[in-house]
Amino acid sequence: MTATASTTPGGIGQSGFAELAGLMTRMAGAEKHVPAAHSTTDALWVLYDRVLRVTPATADAPDRDRFLLSKGHGPMAYYAVLAAKGFFPRDWLDGFGGFDSPLGHHPDRTLVPGAEIASGSLGHGLPLGVGTALGLRARDLTEPAVWVLVGDAELDEGSNHEAIDFAGASGLDSLHVVVIDNASASWGTARSQADRFAAAGWSVAEVDGRDHEALYAGFTRPHPGRPHAVFAHVEPKSA
Amino acid sequence: MTTRTGTTRSTTAPPTTTATSTPPAPPAETMRDRFVSVTGGLLDEDPRTAVVLAEISAAGFTGAARRHPHRVINVGIREQLLVGTGAGLALAGMRPIVHTFASFLVERPFEQVKLDFQHQDVGGVLVSAAGSYDWPQGGFTHMSPGDVALLDTLDGWTVHVPGHPDEAEALLREAVRGEDRVYVRLSEQSNAAPRAVGGGRLLRLRDGGPDAPVVIAVGPLLDATAEALAGLDATLLYAATVRPFDRAGLREAVAGRATADVVLVEPYLAGTSTREVAEALRALPHRTLGLGVPRAELRRYGTMADHLGAHGLDAAGLRRQVTEFASLRGQTG
Repeated sequence: MTATASTTPGGIGQSGFAELAGLMTRMAGAEKHVPAAHSTTDALWVLYDRVLRVTPATADAPDRDRFLLSKGHGPMAYYAVLAAKGFFPRDWLDGFGGFDSPLGHHPDRTLVPGAEIASGSLGHGLPLGVGTALGLRARDLTEPAVWVLVGDAELDEGSNHEAIDFAGASGLDSLHVVVIDNASASWGTARSQADRFAAAGWSVAEVDGRDHEALYAGFTRPHPGRPHAVFAHVEPKSA
Repeated sequence: MTTRTGTTRSTTAPPTTTATSTPPAPPAETMRDRFVSVTGGLLDEDPRTAVVLAEISAAGFTGAARRHPHRVINVGIREQLLVGTGAGLALAGMRPIVHTFASFLVERPFEQVKLDFQHQDVGGVLVSAAGSYDWPQGGFTHMSPGDVALLDTLDGWTVHVPGHPDEAEALLREAVRGEDRVYVRLSEQSNAAPRAVGGGRLLRLRDGGPDAPVVIAVGPLLDATAEALAGLDATLLYAATVRPFDRAGLREAVAGRATADVVLVEPYLAGTSTREVAEALRALPHRTLGLGVPRAELRRYGTMADHLGAHGLDAAGLRRQVTEFASLRGQTG
């Protein structure tokens, strides 16, 4: 299940991660959400480089892993990773946010190859992920994993809590959540959020969100019979 | 089969029959009863189907859930999750059937309806119950007269408003067979007999003279409308599908006229479809009267018949309003 950049169609070789910064600067004309974009870079890279079983060639395969970027704010890192992995041409990045560009400041699944959902309004990805996981199970597709990336402040939205409680209680173990914790919530803490996942019956891992090996270990920790949440702690947004 | 949910609080099902004054003789089986039994069969027939519930009607699906444990999903009293889960099922290639009361299916999680279905560009079938005035003893929290108007702010939704359990079954089957986004609005109110609905067409039940009002009755208000028009010169059309609105059918009904008077009788917010009439009759001078549930809260309990009377949606009220509208023809003051 581990794909290296060198074997990924359209990949950019072993130096893949190092090139992301360059790809992101191609979008730098638009400064919106830049700090948030950078908070997700490492987690996204490790997921697409080593964890998710999806490539441009399998982007429509029924048994692919699904990655749902719920925190649609700051999608530059996401676009850079998708481009680096060959889901769409790198030169699309130059038009970021333009009228003729498929790449907006919030992603649209109907425009971006490889994007599983359109996001931007916070709190939609996790319920959609629950439904996707249930749908795959109903189709007897037991292999694919469903991953949802949220921000710590995004967990303010009550829709997440509906999904967290339901997924935990029903043991929806194909569902995975990555919480990018840059301490951006005005109220509450990552501690209270992690406790909440745990109380709802989730497996919870907490890792350094800049440490690729720690991220990989957190992402791949076994969690039989329970959904899995990985808190990726990064530097506080206000720092 | 009972569809009472057995849950507590405000999610208790409305009574399937009213105890005191009787609305126009409903059949013993409600549309919601039929929805539960037909959907159970659809689950058996079509492995793409899945039902998502938020407690409401869940007791009715107990047997289906035993047969299809992965395709009958009750998320509890979580309506944002209800709609999001339905859309997620669609993203995974399923045909979701999502059900609860209209107020909790369309109004409460409206952004999920807008974004999780429309913006994701996936299809699904939303099936509501209890509509506008179906459980008056439950009060305004369980009334959703604005559901169709809300869906009118979105793109690509088909809206069925069946007037009889048989019509509900036909339209539900039509909806589940398709790929698009469909809202099926079930009511406790029913006409005495079903009509041959389907295909989105207006049915022309009566032809009036060239100056007679053209009255469009929607779903369960057909019987009251037909009774109201007894002995009056009027054309009577019936709609069990209101979106897309059968504009061509309306134009056919007024073909050859120099002007037209159109009356809409809708079991939800008054005037919801007046825009459709305006679009259909762009080329024809016309007047429109939109009858339905008013915006003002009634803040009364009682029976469905009480509320229909208060809203002017019983036969006497409809006759009075149609007659008055017809008498205004040509007046300028």
